[in-house]
Amino acid sequence: MSSHLKNETEPTMWTAKLRNSWQRNLPIDKLLPDTQPAYVASWIYIFGVLTIAAFGDIIVSGLILSFAGPAWYHTSSVGLFVNSLHFWGVQLFFVFMVVHLWGKFWMAAWRGRRFRTWLTGIAAFLASIGTAFTGYLIQTNFDSQWIAYEAKDGFNAVGIGAFFTPTNIGQIMLIHVALLPLVLGAITVWHVLLVRKNGVVPPIDAAPEGGN
Amino acid sequence: MKRSAQQNAFDSAPWTGRVRSYDIIKEGFIAILVVSILVVTFSLVFGSPDDKQLTFKGWAQTNPTNFYDTTVQELAGTSGSAGYGPPYNHASDGLNIGPLWLQKWAGVTHPVDVPNDLVITPLSSTVVPAQVATALATWKAATADQQTAWATAYDTAIAAVEGDYTIVDPGDYGPVPAIAQGLTDVAKSGSLDGLLLAGGNFFSTDNTKQILFFGDGAYLDDAATAANLQGNTWGMMNETGRYPGQAWLWLYSLWYQISPFTNEESAPLGSNADAYIMFVVLGLTGALAFAPIIPGLRSIPRRIPLHRLIWKNYYREENIPRRK
Repeated sequence: MSSHLKNETEPTMWTAKLRNSWQRNLPIDKLLPDTQPAYVASWIYIFGVLTIAAFGDIIVSGLILSFAGPAWYHTSSVGLFVNSLHFWGVQLFFVFMVVHLWGKFWMAAWRGRRFRTWLTGIAAFLASIGTAFTGYLIQTNFDSQWIAYEAKDGFNAVGIGAFFTPTNIGQIMLIHVALLPLVLGAITVWHVLLVRKNGVVPPIDAAPEGGN
Repeated sequence: MKRSAQQNAFDSAPWTGRVRSYDIIKEGFIAILVVSILVVTFSLVFGSPDDKQLTFKGWAQTNPTNFYDTTVQELAGTSGSAGYGPPYNHASDGLNIGPLWLQKWAGVTHPVDVPNDLVITPLSSTVVPAQVATALATWKAATADQQTAWATAYDTAIAAVEGDYTIVDPGDYGPVPAIAQGLTDVAKSGSLDGLLLAGGNFFSTDNTKQILFFGDGAYLDDAATAANLQGNTWGMMNETGRYPGQAWLWLYSLWYQISPFTNEESAPLGSNADAYIMFVVLGLTGALAFAPIIPGLRSIPRRIPLHRLIWKNYYREENIPRRK
């Protein structure tokens, strides 16, 4: 066997391990399916993809706001419109996400070794709250002044204020723009890949008596 | 095989039953289109909130007495910021949860020397009338005890006349009245916002000193009350104007409406409300995250059969009854 061929199939190689694991757990027909189980037929199922769509809209409007600067929308009608896109994108994002979350709770969607999918969903929810909160802090208007003043007490009370400072707009802006969207995006990708890997949870009581 | 194990095996296994056509790319495209139309429509119809930021100029011009009195409190060490504790200073230990003094343990990482950082340094960084410059020099030459004695005497005298410093009894207040008037005049001119932010430097992105000073007076607080933003009136979830706010903070905001957290005098819960509520919300969040493995909680979806509604077609088509 040539060294070239040996390297391609060597099971101890990190690259080969990752490739083999990916192909085993998430083949392309799972990643991009053209069928779904017959029970995936309810309006509740659309809220996951609606949440991701709203996230996409938020990223686009946020990028425009980032290039123009945090004070642009105070003086420009175009800026105010883009700020409105960002604002309503966030509001719809949370509506969709909360409906999605409650829907999954009432489905007990963690069943069948889907606990990690549930956990990544909760992590995405928490990261979203952090991202939105830091966004409210960098509005550079009265609302952000008041939120910074009030919020500092909560974080200071448990020691978090020692390194996370709502009154430091430079720190908060970097966290909101450069860190949290990446964190939320990464968690979302992880969450979706787990959904694709494990499939959509079957209905409660769907198991036939006597086994599958 | 026990029924629960059988159900778990079924739930984990790849689906082998009936399927329906599903175009994931098309679904994503339509979702983006629909959401984008909604976002643009809401933006065009409703716009977004943007109440103008408050300034020290606005404060000093609309309520100079309160600004003046607050300046004296900063010098006397009786303001909220002066007695805050970590992460700004060592004036107190901060809040605690029983033996957990997290605020104290985290330390003073963001030091703010209240009299100097909020009053003396900004006033010394700009051009002021001769009597103010003389007062500043007198203050700086005095001992810390002398400074405190002057400022405390003046602060007490002002409090005795309910804040109206123009009718205060004569006393040994040293340079404090001239300094307070000097800072009030600088604030009225619009210079103080920049002086507090930059502190004599070119670059600065930290508004901590401005926010602390604002919070010590009535200007910011009154504006928040008028806008229904106070924490004890669900303000954490509210937004200025008639816009939706951070409604997703309802669970956090809820505890600020409930006794004893609403009573700051009630020890230990009320007087340490910010710390306790943070932990309560942390615990509830943990319960949500680990609901799948918490007995009782994980059974709620089965006991309250909303799932029969979600999958009603499938249950009907497959003739699956509800199992107890």
